[in-house]
Amino acid sequence: MQLVLEKRAERSNIIALVSPLIAIGLTIVTMSILFAILGKNPISALGVYFIDPLTDSYSLQEIAVKAAPLVMIAIGLSLCYLANVWNIGAEGQFLIGAVAGSWLAVETHGTDAGPWVLPAMLLLAAAGGALYALIPAICRVRFGASEILTSLMLVYVADLFLDYLVRGPWRDPAGFNFPTTAEFDPVATMPILIQGGRLHLGAIIALVVVAAAAVLLGRTIKGFEIRVVGAAPRAARFGGFNSNQLVLLTFAISGALAGLAGIIEVAGPVGHLQPGFSPGYGFTAIIVAFLGRLNPVGILIAGLFLALTFIGGEQAQIAMKIPLDVTKVFQGILLFYVLACDSLILYRFRLIFPSRQVHRGTA
Amino acid sequence: MLDPTPTGPHSGGTPLLQTIGLTKRYGDFLANDSIDIEIWPQQIHALLGENGAGKSTLVKTIYGLIQPSDGEMRWQGEKMVLSGPSEARARGIGMVFQHFSLFDNLTVAENVALGLDGKESFKDMSARLEQVSNVYGLPLDPRREVWQLSVGERQRIEIVRALMQNPKFLILDEPTAVLTPQEADQLFVVLQRLKAEGRAILYISHKLEEVKRLCDTATILRGGKKVSTCNPRAETAASLARMMVGADIKEVKAAAGRKTTVPRLVVNDLGMEPDDPHGVKLQHISLELKGGEILGIAGVAGNGQDELFAALSGERQSMDPGTVVIDGQAAGHLSITQRRKLGAAFVPEERLGHGTAPRMKLSENALLTGHAASGMVQRGFINTAATLKTVDRATEAFDVRKAKRDPEAASLSGGNLQKFVVGREILRNPAVLVVNQPTWGVDAGAAAVIRQALLDLAAGGAAILVTSQDLDELIEIADRIAVMFHGRLSEPLATADASREKLGLLMGGSSLAEKETAHAVGA
Repeated sequence: MQLVLEKRAERSNIIALVSPLIAIGLTIVTMSILFAILGKNPISALGVYFIDPLTDSYSLQEIAVKAAPLVMIAIGLSLCYLANVWNIGAEGQFLIGAVAGSWLAVETHGTDAGPWVLPAMLLLAAAGGALYALIPAICRVRFGASEILTSLMLVYVADLFLDYLVRGPWRDPAGFNFPTTAEFDPVATMPILIQGGRLHLGAIIALVVVAAAAVLLGRTIKGFEIRVVGAAPRAARFGGFNSNQLVLLTFAISGALAGLAGIIEVAGPVGHLQPGFSPGYGFTAIIVAFLGRLNPVGILIAGLFLALTFIGGEQAQIAMKIPLDVTKVFQGILLFYVLACDSLILYRFRLIFPSRQVHRGTA
Repeated sequence: MLDPTPTGPHSGGTPLLQTIGLTKRYGDFLANDSIDIEIWPQQIHALLGENGAGKSTLVKTIYGLIQPSDGEMRWQGEKMVLSGPSEARARGIGMVFQHFSLFDNLTVAENVALGLDGKESFKDMSARLEQVSNVYGLPLDPRREVWQLSVGERQRIEIVRALMQNPKFLILDEPTAVLTPQEADQLFVVLQRLKAEGRAILYISHKLEEVKRLCDTATILRGGKKVSTCNPRAETAASLARMMVGADIKEVKAAAGRKTTVPRLVVNDLGMEPDDPHGVKLQHISLELKGGEILGIAGVAGNGQDELFAALSGERQSMDPGTVVIDGQAAGHLSITQRRKLGAAFVPEERLGHGTAPRMKLSENALLTGHAASGMVQRGFINTAATLKTVDRATEAFDVRKAKRDPEAASLSGGNLQKFVVGREILRNPAVLVVNQPTWGVDAGAAAVIRQALLDLAAGGAAILVTSQDLDELIEIADRIAVMFHGRLSEPLATADASREKLGLLMGGSSLAEKETAHAVGA
């Protein structure tokens, strides 16, 4: 008996929907084994991870707060990945966006600047993220440099640049030498949606981005262009679509969205610029993009799910003394299973029973 | 040469290879349905059938590449089970594939060494290679790198590689598809010689005249089943074709008294460097094509046809606008979309991946080439109803058979997808149609539909440029035929004056070679 992978005649739409669920199921099984090895009861650990955060309003709001940047970044990345453009540096664009937006907040700090400050910060952040993302895009188009490497390396450049700013020129004079800017003024922070809560305008912006991406991909010729360049580059060229232009465009959009997410995070839950304010959103968003099948609505769901793992991870650390790094392990295993299960969309398993070829081993 | 008459079962002997009820199943699909075939020593046995008839499956089974689902093979009377091609080679079965498996950047000798299982030293092997190639009149320089060689020479490598294993039985899969008529004649001399040495040959081909000339026996497959085994010399090409297709093929009819009008596609001294290092440089290409006219471009594959298509379609643009003129407008510098807006339409050779995005729906593939010039896009938004309507119209006009209204391109059979790709362009009613290999790998029924559609489009006043390696096709539909060789285009000949011999000489580059003084090509 033999187990073989066999190509399907047409891609299976059912599996395309079910594959992320299978991946989540397999991840949970693997995690249970991991918890057992750590000496924790898998059932209660999973309960703390996935059920408890859904039971109180604070955690629910926190999930939305964490999901917003993940979803925005992942939407941008999905446009890149659909076009076969591999932007791995969303984390860097996220940080640069935060820096660009914070510049205005730092400059206007303590002045009586009006309510134009926040919108201007958002615009600056989007522009900063987009410009930063264009560096690897231009290197690829002009010199054929691999955007995977260049965009990834620029993450560390952005990280150190941010570090320099908050330890040097932008350090809060009244901050006891901590590497951080001053707390942003109220006109430079995201408005809160629920009185006394943490949910802010960023969640609404994320939903608008999801809707816009759904229309772009499903209804417009530009969205079609993005999909066809990724799916069949030669056919796209025959269709008259310029793939170099698209590299620049998708990088710029995803950089802008990552930058926007960056300033929303700084001007929202964090309130000031400091090193290490991102728990790796730009990288986690890669998982969100693939778990969501590079589909806007899928990404929204996947973003909420991964936000849940962040919250659950924090709670598990407090309640069960499970190390916070287990959350990253979880996310890594999940990406692994998602990519593995995706092969079932185009292939299927088949058991082959030996027919009447019993007398082998001649010759 | 031996007397070419012996054929069929030799009384009393055992066949070299015999298959009994050989069956290969893929899911519910029977690629080979209980096939019995006998191959005798000293026999050139033709295997005939349309695309998808099961020829490839059968020879791959015999060569050990796929395992049969049922039935058995006997080699010299004994049951044979093959676990892989190396076992087949060990018994004396050799195969020359249609698509060469050669490494461009390695030398001839290195390529041959890679394909042999033997343990002899590289030096001995090279010497033997030269000896075998000389004995059989297949001259090869073992030290040349493959990318410098013509297609015919590349095929020689494959044949010599198979012969170096001294096979009793050699399988050739459409060996003349890539050869000029003269090169094919040289190959036939080699095959006759192999036969005279007592070897058996299984010869897969579509070219019926060739089979009648060369082969002693023919087995015809249709839809995975064996239809008949016959003596091809006792049959006519028409009767063989009828057995292959299962019905008479509709004859293509040109509308009487087609009138040519003004020039609609003009190419002036077009030259272009290739964009990949192994590509062909286009040089001084000029042609003029009037409305109502079909110009055929013949030539062995790899002589610049793909490069010419890219230059005409605008996939590659020229600095000089005047090199390509579409309907009176200088278009050499325009993109493919802008050329489509001028009324040009294009059908590339490769259906999947070039003409269509394989994993996208037909409606999306209608949009691929239709977005520029029809009502499919309004203010950046896609009009899905319009794209679906194109699919429906193409389906109806060209009898595209598919499982549902709007399936993925890759799920259609080759012939049906080609009908869709050609139909998609013809429905736009183009002024100029540039089409590469319109019926390559397409079953005879679909090929007739496509050729008829091209004739009808020309009758409606369009100018059509057809590139094809199938001379019969060009002779059937073209008014004039030009030949491409080493990136240059010959003067077109009126089809009535274009004998196969003349075209064959041009395809081998002979009359052009005299003009070529500065450009010494690959010699």
